Amino acid sequence: MNHLLRGHAPITDAGWALLDDEARERLRSALAARKLVDFDGPKGWEHSATNLGRAAAVEETPIDGLRAAQRRVLALVEVRAPFSVSRAELADGDRGADDVDLEALDEAAHRIATVENVAIFHGWPAAAIDGIAEASPHPAITLGDDHYEEYPRHVAKAQRLLLEAGVEGPYGLALGPEEYTGVVETAEHGGYPVLDHLREILGGPIVWAPGVRGAVLLSLRGSDFLFQSGQDLSIGYDHHDADTVQLYLEESFSFRVATPEAAVALRA
Amino acid sequence: MGFDQYHEPPEELSAQTRTFARMCASLTEEAEAIGWYEQRISVEADEEAVAIMHDAQGEEFKHFAMDLEFLLRRTPKWREIAKGVLFQDGDIVEHGEAAEAAADSDAPATPAAAGSAVAASGSLGIGDLRGAGR
Repeated sequence: MNHLLRGHAPITDAGWALLDDEARERLRSALAARKLVDFDGPKGWEHSATNLGRAAAVEETPIDGLRAAQRRVLALVEVRAPFSVSRAELADGDRGADDVDLEALDEAAHRIATVENVAIFHGWPAAAIDGIAEASPHPAITLGDDHYEEYPRHVAKAQRLLLEAGVEGPYGLALGPEEYTGVVETAEHGGYPVLDHLREILGGPIVWAPGVRGAVLLSLRGSDFLFQSGQDLSIGYDHHDADTVQLYLEESFSFRVATPEAAVALRA
Repeated sequence: MGFDQYHEPPEELSAQTRTFARMCASLTEEAEAIGWYEQRISVEADEEAVAIMHDAQGEEFKHFAMDLEFLLRRTPKWREIAKGVLFQDGDIVEHGEAAEAAADSDAPATPAAAGSAVAASGSLGIGDLRGAGR
């Protein structure tokens, strides 16, 4: 058994399969950043830091006549989203019920996916993570409220900034939930869907990105935005009583921006 | 040239995955060439021509080995299974089954997770989602 302690939970094999399948489905739809940035790993729970390839001089040495340097690394952040499941609901699932209440799991999955998106796109200073939008040296482009028919023009302008900076495509677009819905629901004059027009401009995916404020256009050529996974998303066991089982979703990761100019922020 | 090595839209694949696909295609081509030389050598009567073809086939052995090593270095589970099968005496199928089982059980398995698609580490196995965007 590993640190997730799943073997201690009063959950049947079928119950675990139910929970894992539900979590996987919810997470895959909401993990927007992973659809756009480089993914390295998973390296395992024991993996603690990402090598930055850099070192800082150690000024004082106990003996003269030496030069010393200390490696710089980016420590992984551990994120845990607790949730509880009713034991009665799990028992119903074992009986074959297909409407088991897993709302708390769904909410936890959304929270942990959102924090991953926020860390990658907007940064997480307390965890020493710089976000793509904040790191971009390009001027942010203003989208304007509710003018979704104008999005192709804004995105084309952002793409031009990348091309002028020598950043090649294909390009991907992360849209905040409100912006995504607006784009999907809007057609330009003549009835052409905005979503299709954006796809033609980008040559890459457009993703629904919970946690993103506005939108972020970024190159998908690779090696610009680096996500490193330690323990990939997993469900672990905390404790239980007669009525509920306390579980959690957990992962460890780091993120760094190698090429800040390979993205442009679009603000609402 | 064609781009048949890609099963998914190339623009949605990472550079890493595109390289992996190219090397898989290269590995296939080297294996095909080895097979072609084997057939030509078996029917060729001219000894000088046979010697040249043996030399050429040796090149393909080398290319195949380099392609394979490249892919194994980038695919830890594949490498682990290959280590249990390659250069071993005895029953190849038995070695293959044993190596696969060992690779699967390397990460700490949880009996409670048996029967689910969860990897033995307890991970949900989500990993890299590039190519999954709309």
